[in-house]
Amino acid sequence: MTVSDLMQSMDYGPAPESAAEALAWLADRGGRFGHFIDGSFTDPRDGFEAKNPATGEGLATLTQATAGDVDAAVAAARKAQPKWARLSGHARARHLYALARLIQKHARLIAVLETLDNGKPIRESRDIDVPLAARHFYYHAGLAQLLARELPGHVPHGVCGQIIPWNFPFLMLAWKIAPALAAGNTVVLKPAEQTSLTALLFADLTREAGLPRGVVNILTGDGAVGERIVAHPGIDKIAFTGSTEVGRAIRIATAGSGKALSLELGGKSPYLVFEDADLDGAAEGLVDAIWLNQGQVCCAGSRLIVQEGIAETFHARLKARMTGLRIGDPMDKCIDIGAIINEGQRDRIAAMVAGGAAEGALFQPDCALPERGCWYPPTLITGLSPASRLMQEEIFGPVLVSTTFRTPAEAVQLANDTRYGLAASVWSQSIDVALDVAPKLAAGVVWVNGANMFDAAAGFGGLRESGFGREGGWEGLVEYLRPAGTPKPLKPLVAPANANAPEPADPLDRTAKLYVGGKQVRSDGGYSRAVHGARGRRLGHVSLGNRKDIRNAVEAARKAQPGWAAASAHNRAQVLYYIAENLSARAGEFAGRLHAMTGGQKAAATAEVEASIDRLFTWAAWADKAAGEIKAVPIRGTALAMNVPAGVIGVLCPDEAPLLGLVSVMGPAIAMGNACVLVPSETHPLAATDLYQVLDTSDVPGGVVNIVTGAHPTLADPLAAHMDVDAVWSFSSSDLSATIEHAAAGNLKRTWVNHGRARDWTGPAGEGRAFIRAATEVRTVWIPWGA
Amino acid sequence: MPRTHTEDPANLCTAPAALPQLAHPRNLGIPLDPGWVRRAAVNRSAAERRCATLPGRRSVKGSIQAAWLLKAVSLIDLTTLAGDDTPGRVRRLCAKARQPVRADLLDALGVSGLTTGAVCVYHEMIAPALDALAGSDIPVAAVSTGFPAGLTPFATRLAEIEASVAAGASEIDIVISRRHVLTGDWAALYDEVRAFRAAAGPAHLKTILATGELGTLTNVARASLVCMMAGADFIKTSTGKEPVNATLPVGLTMVRAIREYHAVTGHRVGFKPAGGISTAKDALVWLALIKDELGDRWLSPDLFRFGASSLLADIERQIEHHVTGAYSAAWRHPLG
Repeated sequence: MTVSDLMQSMDYGPAPESAAEALAWLADRGGRFGHFIDGSFTDPRDGFEAKNPATGEGLATLTQATAGDVDAAVAAARKAQPKWARLSGHARARHLYALARLIQKHARLIAVLETLDNGKPIRESRDIDVPLAARHFYYHAGLAQLLARELPGHVPHGVCGQIIPWNFPFLMLAWKIAPALAAGNTVVLKPAEQTSLTALLFADLTREAGLPRGVVNILTGDGAVGERIVAHPGIDKIAFTGSTEVGRAIRIATAGSGKALSLELGGKSPYLVFEDADLDGAAEGLVDAIWLNQGQVCCAGSRLIVQEGIAETFHARLKARMTGLRIGDPMDKCIDIGAIINEGQRDRIAAMVAGGAAEGALFQPDCALPERGCWYPPTLITGLSPASRLMQEEIFGPVLVSTTFRTPAEAVQLANDTRYGLAASVWSQSIDVALDVAPKLAAGVVWVNGANMFDAAAGFGGLRESGFGREGGWEGLVEYLRPAGTPKPLKPLVAPANANAPEPADPLDRTAKLYVGGKQVRSDGGYSRAVHGARGRRLGHVSLGNRKDIRNAVEAARKAQPGWAAASAHNRAQVLYYIAENLSARAGEFAGRLHAMTGGQKAAATAEVEASIDRLFTWAAWADKAAGEIKAVPIRGTALAMNVPAGVIGVLCPDEAPLLGLVSVMGPAIAMGNACVLVPSETHPLAATDLYQVLDTSDVPGGVVNIVTGAHPTLADPLAAHMDVDAVWSFSSSDLSATIEHAAAGNLKRTWVNHGRARDWTGPAGEGRAFIRAATEVRTVWIPWGA
Repeated sequence: MPRTHTEDPANLCTAPAALPQLAHPRNLGIPLDPGWVRRAAVNRSAAERRCATLPGRRSVKGSIQAAWLLKAVSLIDLTTLAGDDTPGRVRRLCAKARQPVRADLLDALGVSGLTTGAVCVYHEMIAPALDALAGSDIPVAAVSTGFPAGLTPFATRLAEIEASVAAGASEIDIVISRRHVLTGDWAALYDEVRAFRAAAGPAHLKTILATGELGTLTNVARASLVCMMAGADFIKTSTGKEPVNATLPVGLTMVRAIREYHAVTGHRVGFKPAGGISTAKDALVWLALIKDELGDRWLSPDLFRFGASSLLADIERQIEHHVTGAYSAAWRHPLG
């Protein structure tokens, strides 16, 4: 075409980024890669091919890790770890800083290699992924510098096994490696088999940065390698980003192993548009929300929920915008949508759309797809209802589904009607609407008038089946730390037995019932057992709760929780003080009961009651002092890291401290706005059943605290498996950690279990920030502003 | 949301377009729709994000870039608005408008007949400009209505428009009363622009919003809508005299208003960013913004102009670079 013709057509035309340097980098390494273990590359073996999704061409040959490779990598990491952890925070900070600098120096090479390997537009790898990765290392250099002073008493887990997905290969590597290294861990990282190349480039950079050998080890291979890492006994923590399905398998595989775990899984994130929103802005926001990285984003705003009165005009604007999206060669600097990762994924997207689109109206702009490579057009399906499969299931492609709402309350209800809880967007020009709705959305990250904003300072992660744990910020760093010291093993406690023949029942003996929904109720099964004192004297009977009692208690807790969370923190503190006050008034009676049950010194029983009152004061004190943080994120605006209640927490209370143990878990749970189902000390349950009278007189709303007595092994499974329980803690002396972690995989609820280790409930280990973290979710609410 | 208006608006110039530069029916305007105006809302952060990522999303290379730059030249309102303007200065500018890019460069690109979109001057310079442009199709635009502040008596402002039209200006760039926007007096703004439009008669009316003085993007959106409802042929960002002139977020806001107005009324209104656009790279980003938000139809002098004085010089250097492969120097291109 002549220039005159081009002046008439005014088309964009090709604007290709050169692949030469990245291809030269591959060629320099022979186009074949081994693993990176103990500071050097192993000899490449014939394994599998790294492919360019946009062309189908091979880029390099990669090696499938064997069991021996995994052993070698773990051994290298294990060997390097103590010395790495002994380095000063400053020394580790310098290493992380050097990595950040190197990422910036090689930014374009990393970006181009990423796009070749993954198929995402070069704009995204160049302007989003790589700068965010560099920022992550800078930020964590800072955390390494500050760690020792800011988080005393914490030590690294040791060796971390990290498994990352193919959608943001380099960025996810940064999110995994930076905090692990900052905290003093060493890592064995496995990139996704579809996208290993930038991880191997990073391995090169660690050598250039002078990182000690063995601190970072990278294994390539498929899910089988991931399974070996997960199962490896030499690994102390697993961090996984990927599908909910695999995350669940990892939860099951690690159950009871004592390995720490953080999971960042799938999502079906809602995108709410209110009638007073900037509609063009919100339509453009969807380009960032669902068409970023071809929609292959765990936190993609994939579920549009738009106010009914504006739905028509909003969809019209959105369709117009979609028509302008450019799909094609991801190496082109003028492309919005690149290639889908592989045929399997493309076929999966196509099959889901084919299977569900008929329930609504399908729109795809008339855009030509390249002849070779792997593509899927931007897609909008309107008119769906929450019951539609496409509204419920993650598609992981450039497909937006849409439904409508009428009121803010209904918008929240629809948004939260999902198994997932990763991210959400809310668009409204009203500060009242936006800031009311945002914290109500069940998601780890909420963007007000925006989508897919990320920063190393702001925690990212989900709840429900989107996983647990955060990445970024101090909240992300603590995932890579544990308390110093090794607690003693906790021996199973045995309930004191009857010393002699059955005693005649006292006709006025009070029956210890269950406490559910603020009422004393009989157990469903109708069984009870005698509770004997340390010397064998029968002290009374306690109900033997069963799974239906758990069901009833959870139902009561779920009903009570929103109101309790909505109560002011001051109000919750007042209730905790009131419990303390009423317990204090009956201190002598409680001390007597404890002494009768547990024996020992009378003074010890009195001390436990006093410690319990003290602890209630602690949690009353914390109730209005743990709201969260403000994050310094690079926008005009802020990000709030709100500590929102986890929801309904089920706890198997310590056996050995019947009152203090129960109070120590109930306190943080209710102080932070949760409702709880407490299974009290199995061996000495009567302190708990006495306590519900105290609760009754202390203005605790019905259902906020529920007490189900019974056998821990019987109740652990229904509690941990219950889909409406958000977190389960176990401090039982029965060895139930594996049972609980296994059962928790059902809805991927968070667990906090003792792995058969004791906790000193009288000391600092019995309270503090670990309890706050366990009782809350960090909800990061991004709030850009601008008049 | 705005419904489609079919009423025949009263008291507006309904004469069909008689201007050579118009290839579409003129915007007739519609009655003021205050509900629509008030509903307009712009989220500033979202607008800024869109604009910040646009240069990274859109790129043109090689001969396509050269074509886009020449297209940009054809869209320039080559402007001089200085207190020391003289007929000689204006003649020089007009000569540049006739031959904006060195003939040998155009020959190398196989392009002929390239001129700027218009020449834009103060009223007193209309006559010399017309003189200098005689025989060309290049229209003369005059700034008017007490430019740049717009605070001269209303009758004077109307008379100024009439005088400029009588003097031969075929485009009138008026300034709106910012106070009407800042106080939310949309009816007053509507009446003012409608009166200006009537006074301009057959001349093409460009309404300058002086967006740098409107405070918020939402005000920009609302003022844009009111001006279009009142019958503006073009909406224009700035006089070039405000501290902040044509920014991309302001442009985005205005083109989205134009798009919505077109969707509702069927009328196409033109857009002119003015002031602060001085590099070839800026011009390409603006063209991408127009192409992506409004569509190719708007990439034409009847619907889009750059108000610029120094932009042309940078484009000329880039064009020479394209032709020769060597970076150029300012003194290799004739002054305007």
